[in-house]
Amino acid sequence: MTLSVGPQHPGSGHFRLIITVDGDIIVKAEPDPGYVHRGEEKMAEVRNYIQNIPHIERPSIIDASGILYPYVLAVEDLLGKSAPERAQYIRMIMAELNRITSHLYFLSIFGIFLGHSTMFMWPMGDREVFIDLSQMIGGTRITFSHFVPGGVRSDAPDSFADKAEKTCDYFEGRLKEYERIFVNNPLCHQRTVGVGVLTKEDAIKLGVVGPSLRASGVKSDTRRDEPYDAYDKVDFEVPVYSEGDSYARLRVHFDEMRQSMSIIRQCIKQMPKGPVKQKLPPQLRPPAGEAYARTEAARGAMAYYIVSDGGNYPYRLKMNVASFRNLIAIPYLLKGVHLADMPTVYWGLDYWPVEADK
Amino acid sequence: MPIENFEDFIKRVLEIVFWVLVFSPLVIFPLIFIVLPSMMGLIGIMIPGPIGVNDILAALADPLKSIPIMTEFMKTDFFKIAVFPGFTWAALIATGAILIERKLLAKMQLRVGPLYAGKFEGVLQPIADLLKLIAKEIIIPRRADKLAFWCIPFAAMAVGGALLAIVPVSKQWVVTNLDVGLVVAFAIMSFFPIIALVAGWASNSKYPFLGGLRALHQMVSYEIPLLLSALGVAVLAGSLNLVKIVETQSSIPFLLVQPLGAIVFFIALMAELERIPFDLPEAEPELVAGWMTEMSGMLFGVTQLAVYVKFYALAGLFTTLYLGGWYGPQILPPEMAEANAVIWFTVKTLAVMVLMMVPRGTMTRIRIDLMLKAGWGRLLFLAFVNIFIAIVVVQLGIVPR
Repeated sequence: MTLSVGPQHPGSGHFRLIITVDGDIIVKAEPDPGYVHRGEEKMAEVRNYIQNIPHIERPSIIDASGILYPYVLAVEDLLGKSAPERAQYIRMIMAELNRITSHLYFLSIFGIFLGHSTMFMWPMGDREVFIDLSQMIGGTRITFSHFVPGGVRSDAPDSFADKAEKTCDYFEGRLKEYERIFVNNPLCHQRTVGVGVLTKEDAIKLGVVGPSLRASGVKSDTRRDEPYDAYDKVDFEVPVYSEGDSYARLRVHFDEMRQSMSIIRQCIKQMPKGPVKQKLPPQLRPPAGEAYARTEAARGAMAYYIVSDGGNYPYRLKMNVASFRNLIAIPYLLKGVHLADMPTVYWGLDYWPVEADK
Repeated sequence: MPIENFEDFIKRVLEIVFWVLVFSPLVIFPLIFIVLPSMMGLIGIMIPGPIGVNDILAALADPLKSIPIMTEFMKTDFFKIAVFPGFTWAALIATGAILIERKLLAKMQLRVGPLYAGKFEGVLQPIADLLKLIAKEIIIPRRADKLAFWCIPFAAMAVGGALLAIVPVSKQWVVTNLDVGLVVAFAIMSFFPIIALVAGWASNSKYPFLGGLRALHQMVSYEIPLLLSALGVAVLAGSLNLVKIVETQSSIPFLLVQPLGAIVFFIALMAELERIPFDLPEAEPELVAGWMTEMSGMLFGVTQLAVYVKFYALAGLFTTLYLGGWYGPQILPPEMAEANAVIWFTVKTLAVMVLMMVPRGTMTRIRIDLMLKAGWGRLLFLAFVNIFIAIVVVQLGIVPR
């Protein structure tokens, strides 16, 4: 029997999975992405470098800073300029706050896919405190458009350090509760342990990135491997699990939130005083050339390749987003699992259709 | 539905007549039986017993004289079926349970839940939901089996209501006091999987069909531990009569003698009722809404009400078998012993219902193969062990028979 899961189905995002089942076992799964394609790359060719900022973060609004970060770095590379030191730390804080909100979103949807409605409500509620925190810096709740080439748009207020400290303390207590009620729940173990196993070799062969890759035992994190901004000055661990199943992916997301909070705390301590933005002309005209920048967004390595011909607009902009890299693993992992495990496996990869469709 | 021609008009009228027919057993009949006796003499002809037409005419002038007439009414079978231990009472408790569930779940999840309907904590939310569902258009899939599709909600309601007839609320308030009440309860319960399967099949859609199949698997495999664990109670009480089973528990509820059986019965009951963690037939991310996916408007409303009526009836069965039914400390004056019994039964049943709602906030959904393994492998074994425990208890003579 062939089932069309999505695009209007509570278990899919804005995309479709054509699933062939034999009884309760999935024989074949064909992903059918592209429902929310918006032509970001083409749009970028007819807008100047500053106008590109707002629309580039739209594909992934729950990780808006993460998707914008490499663009800003690449444009700075083209211009041959770099951001002031304080701006670098503020960018890191914003990126880590967004990582936490994105991972909380992941946790809550993972919860509802397992039928655990409390785990849907709690992270969604706690996500709000981090949104408030990023609102203090970015000015809006989710789509900040806060990073600009040469720094950030606005500085963090003085009260930020204090509030961030309080929020992190509160959230560490909450994480323990999450662990108790959800991650260590025997029924959750039963549903996720050994489900959708992606071995280390296959993960490397398929080119999976981000938390899914780390859950398969590959210690790969762009922040550690190719440090950008001030990531070489902060101390953090890269959580790695060797099992490669849905549970390991859940744990990686869980542990990364702790590491992100530690990074935020270190950033606040190390942050120097000073300007947050370099003076640049309003109409950026980078010299002809090309630039490539890669960062670690919430869902994995996010890379931009920009070619400039010396004009106002980018000649070509190529986005390499993490979700699209992970899409290839979906048909591979879904083969042979129970239909009931489909949401766990699918969402465990943290696939975000809007981001993948660009 | 806009009325454009005569045909539409007739359809509209028929629709209204249809809903009146549906709700008359729930609302109008109880009203007739409580309000009209004091106003209309003709009804008096239907009343058996010593009350004549003259008494009813006198009651028209003096409301106080209507009290004995109403007491006579309350002894009729129709009153029992339609109003008190039967439909209206169960529907009231079921809608109350929906509200309690929503509020309880909201409190567990740090939300507020229904808040605005009614002055206090959204108490009128069920009524608002009912009005919304009545106002909604009923959409039937084009290729659905229309007759079966229309029958499902009412069949579900009928089966849920049939269970009400044998669960004793108190010694006096029981619709039918059967000698084989326990067997009849399980006989009625075996209709549930058929209804779910027919609902899935009649929708002629893939998700409802998968949901119906899952419901069939789940209910059939959990019915056996359910029956076997209840057998322990039958051994202890030496009877299949539910009233007698309760009377045996006057000194000690069977929960204390049969804790293992009670646990097995409780878990199997959760599976039978499709409640989380066993709500596989309605698993949202996989099967949308299971066998109820294509239901809309009031068809969905009636089905949902039937599910909750069934919930109340089976929780009542648990109270009857393990918690000592209507027995409890006398909190009202001795002349109101009946009311006391009814209150204790209701409180115990609601407590069982709330206990069944709590896992919805704390547990994840279980997978079908793991669930069947647990049902056939563990619960069945425990249920057998429980029967031997019951036999040992009877031989030791702990429970008076």
